Amino acid sequence: MTDATTTPPKPASQLREIWQQFRTHKGALFGLIVLGILILFVVFGQFVWDPPQRLSDTIKMKNQGPSLTAPFGTDQLGRDLLLRMIQAGRVSLAVGLIAMLIAIVFGTFVGIMAGYFRKLDGPLMRLTDMFLALPLIPLLLVMVMLFRDKVAGILGPELGAFTLIVFAIGITSWMATARIVRGEVLTLKEREYVLAARSIGARSNRIILRHILPNVVSPVMVAATLGVAEAIITESVLSFLGLGFPPDFPTWGRLLYDGLQYLQIYPERVIWPGVAISLTVLSVNYIGDGLRDALDPRIRGR
Amino acid sequence: MLDAGTTPLVQVEDLKMHFPIYTGLFRKHTGDVKAVDGVSFQIMAGQTLGLVGESGCGKSTVGRAMLRLYEPTAGRVLIGGEDVASLAPEALRKKRPTMQMVFQDPQASLNPRMTLSEIVSEPLDEHTDWSRDKKLERVYELMDQVGLNRRFVNRFPHEFSGGQRQRIGIARALALKPKFIVCDEPIAALDVSIQAQVVNLLEDLQAKLGLTYLFISHDLSMVRHLAQKVAVMYLGRIAELSPSKDLYARPLHPYAEALLSAVNEPDPELAARRNRIILKGDVPSPANPPKGCNFCSRCPKVMDICRQVKPDLAEVEPGRLVACHLYEPKTAAGSTGGPEAIELNQQGVNQ
Repeated sequence: MTDATTTPPKPASQLREIWQQFRTHKGALFGLIVLGILILFVVFGQFVWDPPQRLSDTIKMKNQGPSLTAPFGTDQLGRDLLLRMIQAGRVSLAVGLIAMLIAIVFGTFVGIMAGYFRKLDGPLMRLTDMFLALPLIPLLLVMVMLFRDKVAGILGPELGAFTLIVFAIGITSWMATARIVRGEVLTLKEREYVLAARSIGARSNRIILRHILPNVVSPVMVAATLGVAEAIITESVLSFLGLGFPPDFPTWGRLLYDGLQYLQIYPERVIWPGVAISLTVLSVNYIGDGLRDALDPRIRGR
Repeated sequence: MLDAGTTPLVQVEDLKMHFPIYTGLFRKHTGDVKAVDGVSFQIMAGQTLGLVGESGCGKSTVGRAMLRLYEPTAGRVLIGGEDVASLAPEALRKKRPTMQMVFQDPQASLNPRMTLSEIVSEPLDEHTDWSRDKKLERVYELMDQVGLNRRFVNRFPHEFSGGQRQRIGIARALALKPKFIVCDEPIAALDVSIQAQVVNLLEDLQAKLGLTYLFISHDLSMVRHLAQKVAVMYLGRIAELSPSKDLYARPLHPYAEALLSAVNEPDPELAARRNRIILKGDVPSPANPPKGCNFCSRCPKVMDICRQVKPDLAEVEPGRLVACHLYEPKTAAGSTGGPEAIELNQQGVNQ
């Protein structure tokens, strides 16, 4: 028994297996490619497409349809829409992903604490209820009104607005995650393998990291992918209300609302940012779906 | 093994585990579920105590309270001379390696997202600062001990059969070289052919490593096979605590008698003559047990005194402790049950 004929395999890293399972999910792979293209588009687009814009020219160039000089056309002030899309995407994607990350991390943390430690359950869940009861848009408006100038004074108007918006969206969208995670933790912590870990003498932090957290991944993934879409939309709502970024600073949501006024004459102005937002949301959803499957060894085996 | 059983490794004294009930708008404390209500026994080093009883009588709770997976309400649990029930958290953590547990449902007791090597080396991660290779070496050693092929090291729990999963659970319990293992119905979730394998494995390990078991089960024939002494529990209390040979030959407590009459008899002729005692009614709620003997509501031999006075566990024959008014105690042993003198006596009779 001790000298086995074949050398026993070393415990392998699971990253490769996860990637292999992820690859078998067509939608997830498609999502990853589309999101990758979108990110490349917004990050490096301006190096490829940077038409010289002189103020005297722009007046003549306004409201043009798609052409070789302006593939997506120009807006009512003669600005090149493709360039606007590139610049807007950078902000929208960053806002969506970072706000989602804040919401997920905070929501998961609150959920796990509330679910695992009985004493924290009451206070933390009442806090969650409180946030859920607050009307979001007025809250965001008040937050932006109160802090915009202060934050802008420290970080500059654009980065200041970005920080504030990301923070505001993140802090108002973690509640659903917290509730889902708490429910899941409540059932997980009564499982026998958690009891087994306690009988081994594992400390609470180890139990949470090793047994609880990996098993709440699936609901968190779902919440996260939905969160990206919501964050992008919320940002556009804020911009629409004039409380997001400065008016000349493009985001996909802003372009959408700018184009809305000209919807009947120039529908493509709404279509471009709309398609970009939809593609982002769709691809993130598929990636989340594939990742959830890939992280579950029971599905991976098949 | 014969001479190993001279000193008690585990001593449980008057263990109580009450779960409070809160009712009403203000969550008022209105009562307790007395899952375990004053249980005492001891287990000799290297021996096995079987703990049997019907569902819900508190068997598993005894096991869990002994390892302090629940905070016991009262009583002492001495394992190797230290009272586990009152140890401070850090001291308890240090004590954990000497006492381990094998769980009932091997599917539920293994984290589905961890590989075999991660599961078995988890105790090592917690209690040693060994290098990766050394831990892996120990994992392989344990896998050999419980009869798992080394090739399985990277597999996940769902890729194993029930018996193999239980072996993983046993390997995990053995990782820190414990002295005492609580087997909480380790074979209840397995089918019969696998049960034998697992029980034989447990026996082999006991012989090889000198382990002490508390074997909780409702499978009376398995307990007979495995245990030197058997405690029969009913509604949170021990009804009878006897050497297994004596108990199976001639149960004293009426409940033990009824329970043993339910064991299947393979010989049809004997089975036809078998006097099956069928109890009437249900087990009373442990939140509201009868005033007198817990068994008085269903006992076929009930007397007036049974409804008034709770009988204490007392030695009625050499080595046999029974909590029943039918028997006159030989010595005035209190409810704390088996002090050392009785145990020595029992050793003499039994072996």
